[in-house]
Amino acid sequence: MTDHILQMRGITKTFPGVKALQDVNLTVRKGEIHAICGENGAGKSTLMKVLSGVYPHGSYEGEIYFDGELSQFSDIRQSEKLGIVIIHQELALSPHLSIAENIFLGNERAKRGLIDWNRTNAEAMELLERVGLHENPVTRAMDLGVGKQQLVEIAKALSKRVRLLILDEPTAALNDEDSAHLLNLLRGLRDEGITSVIISHKLNEIRAIADSTTILRDGRTIETLDMKNDAVTEDRIISGMVGRDLDNRYPPHEPTIGEEVLRIEDWTVHSPSQRGRVVVSGANLTLRRGEIVGLAGLMGAGRTELAMSVFGRSYGTDISGRVYKNGQEIQLRTVGEAIQHGLAYATEDRKRYGLNLIEDIKRNISAAALGKLAKRGWVDDNEEFRVASDYRTEMNIKAPSVLSVTGKLSGGNQQKVVLSKWIFTDADVLILDEPTRGIDVGAKYEIYAIINKLADQGKAVLVISSELPELLGICDRIYALSAGRVTGEVSRADATPERLMQFMTKEKE
Amino acid sequence: MAQMSSSGQAPPRETSPAPASGSLPPVPAAASGGRFSINLRQSGIYIAFALIIVLFSVVTDGELLKPQNISNIIVQNSYILILAIGMILIIIAGHIDLSVGSVVALTGAIAAVLMVNMHVAWPLAIIITLVSGALIGAWQGYWVAYFGIPAFIVTLGGLLIFRALTLTVLGNQGIGPFPDEVRTLANGFTSSYLGNIGLGPLGGADLLTLLVGLAAVASIIGTQWRTRQGRIGYRQQVDALPLFILKIVAAVAVVMAVIVQLARFKNLPWVLVLLAVLVLAYTLLTNRAVFGRHIYAIGGNLNAASLSGIKVKSVTFWIFVNMGVLAALAGVIFAGRLNQAGPTAGTSFELDAIAAAFIGGAAVQGGVGKVIGAITGGLIMAVINNGMSLIGAPSERVLLIKGLVLLAAVAFDVWTKRRAGAST
Repeated sequence: MTDHILQMRGITKTFPGVKALQDVNLTVRKGEIHAICGENGAGKSTLMKVLSGVYPHGSYEGEIYFDGELSQFSDIRQSEKLGIVIIHQELALSPHLSIAENIFLGNERAKRGLIDWNRTNAEAMELLERVGLHENPVTRAMDLGVGKQQLVEIAKALSKRVRLLILDEPTAALNDEDSAHLLNLLRGLRDEGITSVIISHKLNEIRAIADSTTILRDGRTIETLDMKNDAVTEDRIISGMVGRDLDNRYPPHEPTIGEEVLRIEDWTVHSPSQRGRVVVSGANLTLRRGEIVGLAGLMGAGRTELAMSVFGRSYGTDISGRVYKNGQEIQLRTVGEAIQHGLAYATEDRKRYGLNLIEDIKRNISAAALGKLAKRGWVDDNEEFRVASDYRTEMNIKAPSVLSVTGKLSGGNQQKVVLSKWIFTDADVLILDEPTRGIDVGAKYEIYAIINKLADQGKAVLVISSELPELLGICDRIYALSAGRVTGEVSRADATPERLMQFMTKEKE
Repeated sequence: MAQMSSSGQAPPRETSPAPASGSLPPVPAAASGGRFSINLRQSGIYIAFALIIVLFSVVTDGELLKPQNISNIIVQNSYILILAIGMILIIIAGHIDLSVGSVVALTGAIAAVLMVNMHVAWPLAIIITLVSGALIGAWQGYWVAYFGIPAFIVTLGGLLIFRALTLTVLGNQGIGPFPDEVRTLANGFTSSYLGNIGLGPLGGADLLTLLVGLAAVASIIGTQWRTRQGRIGYRQQVDALPLFILKIVAAVAVVMAVIVQLARFKNLPWVLVLLAVLVLAYTLLTNRAVFGRHIYAIGGNLNAASLSGIKVKSVTFWIFVNMGVLAALAGVIFAGRLNQAGPTAGTSFELDAIAAAFIGGAAVQGGVGKVIGAITGGLIMAVINNGMSLIGAPSERVLLIKGLVLLAAVAFDVWTKRRAGAST
């Protein structure tokens, strides 16, 4: 018997066109709290899905040893049977069910098919006691705050006799008090012998709670740090997360920056789902002609929310602030108005928000500016075909014809269709949200070249990206966002990953 | 380990960038496989229609295609076909309308009260009825588009509400008879202005009807040819000339066969003229108009449509208004045909119209569908109805067959979609 509860060896997981994990190794000792950190897209969540059997055995390469035994999970039930429980970032409670019902969901306390409610609620009480949640077990999950829901999730895990608890960004949505309680709880569970793996962006938390930390970058294991060693500082972790060469992955570009095109002042946005929660707070941004500006921030920093709220109030409620276009204040109440004022927003989620996947390339490209192809409300089909074909050539969209259905294109080609659509609206301010997400390296280079070309044509481009090297590689200036605030602005010359990461992880001052 | 000092600098020169090497172009074989299945999906419905006609022609000893019977099929199903046109737009947008049967009844009742009880001149009465239909549509469109209640619920409510209003208006009894002009529109035929000519063994036929048919054929050939030339001018792919001619000949043959049979019977039914105009207009609307394109965009991906600046709410509102107007038109025609507006008029018409749209290739998730497909779907059910009643099949068997056809059509659609998905 080893003192390792978990060993993952040589894990490689490939998605069409993208290698998400490459030869990843993870060793977790019994009874420790093990942190995993890395940038967005480094492969943390994918690794946990491999571990828990969401991606079944056979869909990845490599071996998993749990408690010294080779494990080949074909679904999540099998891993749960061994005591591996994963708590996802988006909590998976059923809102209309009670706490007790949620805890024993799929694992009901029943006798001959009938639920024993007394036992259910009594056992739920005991579990709630263990996680320090003082609520009536018949309370509905939707009536609890996020922090308490998190505790219910942990109680649920305990009900399954958890041995290895995996938490994906457990404190991302919690306030300081709830976070502190959660971290204390994890320490308590450690003393009971439960091993935890915690994925987190919050370096101070990792510093406070983790016994060891494994850093992932670009789908590879970089190193595992022993946190008891005093030399491990937050800066040390940051350098592990971002430290990589900027090689030839970005086309060279000499910007010609002109006058200001768009200025956003004191922009504040509230969450439409959580009453009173401020998502973007007093943000100020300026974009200039011919300039590529980056917007950096960790998950939940409010980047997409900022962009979408500006783009015709597509997100958020109770929005305040001012937008100036070429020095004139403008109103952007609807997406139509935003497009008329020359704004474009290419979404981070092409499939859900960007494309009509059952429709062909031609009709997707024309979708946002159909009026340009129409006379008195009638569309000129042939002209539409010509325009789309021109974009297909210009953007190098690899498809047999513009009549090909967009749902069948690769991620890179889909993105080129989205970009074509927005360029065709004659926008002069383009907001590109994660323009290279899920796109392979070769196509990324092409997208960067397109972005450079747009800037050379005098357009202002705002690039939102979770990949710091990407921002450093293509942007002339970068804003950093943390918890809805603009916490820093750095020019290309002054930008380093460390500096940005410091701004991005800056808490309220 | 890489040091930070190198990270901010320009990339080294000697390593040349690797553009586009990673992304694989779509495999041609998969693409052509996709095209084949799309073709099968689009043309399957017409092939099925042809097979059903052949089948019933055989089992009815040719009775199905006799002049009077063809005329009957059209006149007896015109109101369902009109509803199907409105329904397909709503289904393309991803909604549904369960209330059209009740709206047919209510608008028929309104028309009857106006014409019979209040002696309003029939053209004015029809206009008022159509406006009432628009208001009914606006009512439902408001709740669906601006209030955000699922159309299923809103129109289920409408089904009850408008039936209740029908009963209120009619006082639980039928109102009739209608003026002759309205009855002619619903049930009658164009007059024989130009007299009859002989067609040899086929006997006498109305000359005007034949001329209308020839004009229709000429315009089909003309527009198809112009479209083809336009596409060639833009270097688009078109059917090879022999295939193009074959398709035109097939279409012309079908149109002329129907026209000749109608000419031998009693000339053109007025409702056929009306239907032809509607089909043409709505085909244009869906294929060519900005408004029509927006309907497809909304049904295909609502989020993407609204982020593309499409006025989703307004479009949704207007397709319900449109449905209301078409339901009112169907209401007048149905009442005119029966020469009475009755409290049970239009019962379960909504189901026929919805079935027509889905048999005609509309997708349950929205975004897909054609006016001509819905018409074909409606005609398939019409031919099944008519053919089975000709051979004296009991009504329960007719229902059974219609149900199975609907299920088979949608199963076919799902199957081809899954196959197309698997080929990537």
